[in-house]
Amino acid sequence: MIDINESVMRVLLAFVVVGPLLGAAAALLPAPPGLKGKSPEQAVLRHGVTVTGAVLLAAVVLVLGFDHDHPSKMQAGTDISWIPALDVRIHLGIDGISLPLLVLTALLTFLCALYSYFKMPSGPSPKAFVALLLVLESGTLATFAVLDLVLFFLAFETVLIPMYFLIARWGGEGRAGAAWKFILFTLLGSVVMLLGLLLIGITAGTFDMVALATDNGRSLTASVQVIAVLAIGIGLAVKTPMWPLHSWLPDAHTAAPTVGSVLLAGVLLKMGTYGFVRILLPIAPDGFRTFAPYLAAFAVVGIVYGSLACLALARRGAKGDLKRLIAYSSVGHMGFVLLGVATMTPTGVNGALFANIAHGLITGLLFFVVGALKDRTGTTDLDTLAEESGHALYGKAPRLGGLLAFAAVASLGLPGLAGFWGEMLALFGAFDPAQDLSRPAFLTFMAIAAFGTLLTAAYMLIVVRRVCMGAVPQDAPQPRLADVRTYEFAAWTPLVVLTVVAGLWPRTLLGLTDPAVQQLLSGGTR
Amino acid sequence: MSSPAQPLAEAALAQQPLQPLAQNLVQSVDWLAIAPPTITAVVGLVVLVTDLFVKDARKSLLGWISVAGLAASAVMLLPLVNDDRSTFCRNGEPGVCSYTADTFTLAIQFLVLGGALLTALLSVTAVKDADRGLPEGEFWFLLLSSAAGAALLPASRDLATLIVALEVASLPAFALVGLRQGDRRSSEAALKFFLSSVTATAVSLMGISFVYATTGTLYLTEVADRIQHVDGQFTTLAQTGVVLTLVGFAFKTAAVPFHFWVPDTYVGAPLPIAAYLSVIGKAVGFSGLILVTVVALPSYADVWGPALAALAALTMTAGNVGALRQQATRAYSAVRLLAWSSVGQAGYLLVPIAAAAYSDDPERSIGSTVAYALMYAAVNLGAFAVAALVGRARALNRVADYRGLYASNPLTALLLAFFLLCLAGLPPGIIGLFAKVTVFSAAVDAGLGWLAVVMAVNVVIALFYYLQWTALLFRAPEEATAGHRVPAPLTAAITVTAVLAVALSGAPQLILRFADTGLF
Repeated sequence: MIDINESVMRVLLAFVVVGPLLGAAAALLPAPPGLKGKSPEQAVLRHGVTVTGAVLLAAVVLVLGFDHDHPSKMQAGTDISWIPALDVRIHLGIDGISLPLLVLTALLTFLCALYSYFKMPSGPSPKAFVALLLVLESGTLATFAVLDLVLFFLAFETVLIPMYFLIARWGGEGRAGAAWKFILFTLLGSVVMLLGLLLIGITAGTFDMVALATDNGRSLTASVQVIAVLAIGIGLAVKTPMWPLHSWLPDAHTAAPTVGSVLLAGVLLKMGTYGFVRILLPIAPDGFRTFAPYLAAFAVVGIVYGSLACLALARRGAKGDLKRLIAYSSVGHMGFVLLGVATMTPTGVNGALFANIAHGLITGLLFFVVGALKDRTGTTDLDTLAEESGHALYGKAPRLGGLLAFAAVASLGLPGLAGFWGEMLALFGAFDPAQDLSRPAFLTFMAIAAFGTLLTAAYMLIVVRRVCMGAVPQDAPQPRLADVRTYEFAAWTPLVVLTVVAGLWPRTLLGLTDPAVQQLLSGGTR
Repeated sequence: MSSPAQPLAEAALAQQPLQPLAQNLVQSVDWLAIAPPTITAVVGLVVLVTDLFVKDARKSLLGWISVAGLAASAVMLLPLVNDDRSTFCRNGEPGVCSYTADTFTLAIQFLVLGGALLTALLSVTAVKDADRGLPEGEFWFLLLSSAAGAALLPASRDLATLIVALEVASLPAFALVGLRQGDRRSSEAALKFFLSSVTATAVSLMGISFVYATTGTLYLTEVADRIQHVDGQFTTLAQTGVVLTLVGFAFKTAAVPFHFWVPDTYVGAPLPIAAYLSVIGKAVGFSGLILVTVVALPSYADVWGPALAALAALTMTAGNVGALRQQATRAYSAVRLLAWSSVGQAGYLLVPIAAAAYSDDPERSIGSTVAYALMYAAVNLGAFAVAALVGRARALNRVADYRGLYASNPLTALLLAFFLLCLAGLPPGIIGLFAKVTVFSAAVDAGLGWLAVVMAVNVVIALFYYLQWTALLFRAPEEATAGHRVPAPLTAAITVTAVLAVALSGAPQLILRFADTGLF
């Protein structure tokens, strides 16, 4: 939109990746004079807000400087040799696929830092919390910005340790077990993925994603592609998560602090689906074609399974946990993303990428709101919340109730909001999958997935009814719940606005992703 | 093989090498090339003699002489870089030498001497703390002798020198393990170590004698050449020889089933010696193994390749499962855990050697082992240095004693966490991750997919106990502990290892380049 010098863009992108890391190191040091603030805790939390804010600013400038006429072109590229022995290069760059995810990550992390500044989760010192949050941000941003397979793996792994500690130290009940499950599942997946990445790199003779994508799998034999896709796919599917490898997710979400849940759902899960689009689709298309129907099958099972699990949790007397319910709904939503990717068509992949962003915004908002509800009522147990006639959030705290209802409705895919387009495009893609894929199979998948949207609507509406509606008891001296506070407004408004904007004006996103996807599917990035 | 006279001619050829040696006993020696092990050995003797003339109060002088000697030997590696020197060659045949200082040799010698230097730094404090529990003169002499042997080993290019170096490295190590006066555990550990090691050495000596019998030479390059043309009736003998030779070196790397001595020996030995064995003991084993397999017996790759692959898989699994079963509250569990984990790491070290059997470019594979070993040496010695520090205040050195280390000693705790994550191979331990990546890529490159998968599973198992320990560091302490003053040598050891590990994480190429260049 505005013309920014290419070398400035390069520096900005490098800053976006490295900045949080430096910020994390600085967070561990004592605050310099003049920045001490009211207390060391306050100073370090403010430091977190400053750094994530600066990164967000850099990301926004990147968007402004991005050449929107050529979103399929890799921009702001840096390419430096790092480890010649392994042929690993520090290769950074963004195109229409990675840019939205980059901005989403920077935005959500900033909002989380802002939220924690006012509402620090209970646990040990905020110093370590801020440092871990920043390392986490750096790892996620790097995942979306790197263009080297080994570096991608490094970035992919970087998020494990910070997330482990965020859950294990600042989490709620059952956090130790949940944190272990999270890290062991993802690590087991990612070492298998490493083998696949190495297989591709060694066979093709380069780890460079752009070169490999341009090659479009021509230098890899079919059997190599099949093995590589299987290995890498397992690693990515654990992270996404795909049914039946999802079982770490509900535990991790239930135990994680609000901020951890927001980042886990909003950003970390996207690393898996991004890998599918960025690595598997262009680099090993033949191998991916072999597994596409299975992937789609698992995806639709995930959609139905996630919805049924949510329905079971939302039932009266099931003692369902609201955070757990949202976690299962994530399994369903990511099922749509995977279905879109599995169609191997521009429509489906665009839908997948759109659903990715939408899920980040909406589920981030949902976790924020539920976290706030937990702070006020001390529980996320649906039965305790709803009691006999419903929790009557509309009556007790109308704005909070309204936001919860908004997020729930957005999540079920109401037209006009962000959740709609991604899922619809994914279904469209499944209606007309790529040429070599079996159309009847995909038509079946589409039908099942469409049925899943109905189930999603059902449980979301049940949740809204049980939590938001109901009569406010007049006689009992009911303690009024505090309504949305100013800092909460500040942290949530951007998510609400973006959900509406993306819903009403999907072209902002699709215009970015579509050319890049077209090129990716037809023979790599330039 | 067409002419019937051929076997006779070969037999005659086999007799030959002895004669020129006998004729020319005086030969020029490249003193610069052999300086590193020689200086170490000479300083060892100097320390032993000095011990007689130094008063009890000033015994700490001996430690500093040793440290200086090891540093000097390490510095003497510098002029040899990029300068393939050989000495003790057979007259007229420059390719047939007993001592070669090539890239491989220098890398391993650097590992050995640097590792011994760090051990010495740890020992200065340990010897002082033992308060005459350890006889100083003997301790330093034995340490330096063992280091000299270990530094000689990677340079040796004939089987006799190899076995002599192996024994020079091991025999003082037995004594070091059992050196603690009046400690039953210590002497028991030494005996266990000694018996199993001597058996292995005897077996490999027998193997070498078989190889010599069938080829008529001890020089590795000649063995490589001649063992391909062994007379039909001797092939069984040659094959038996190959297998038996390997056994001895497998023991030194503590490969399964020769790993049972490790935990008890490490616990019984003084802590710095456990650190020494975990790094230098392994370096001795695998460099010997590399020389015997890749240099001497490449034609038997179909024998030792699968054997080493199986050995690697078993070793890493046994080590990691053993480490997983350690209870945090048991006495000495920290050292035990490190001991078992070192068995697991030995398994990773064997993977590229096994892969060399299948690879078109064995030197690249071997380079992965060298790179991994250098990484492992730095971070494992770092972990042991922190363990030595904690062990000063908590004599039992249980893993549970590390709880809340961050509260009392934040920097040390962060460094230990970093070392452990490097061992686990997870960011921020970037160098650990990349060292594992090279090992993985060696396996994948050689088509050993199953071994790579086994290793992948092991990495996850290992993560469990490393991370458990790491998480413990940051828990709230059970009781308030006052921070102790850290002795200078320990600080130096921790600092050196930390700087190395952090620098390597930023620039992995420093050691990974061995995986990319010609080593021999």
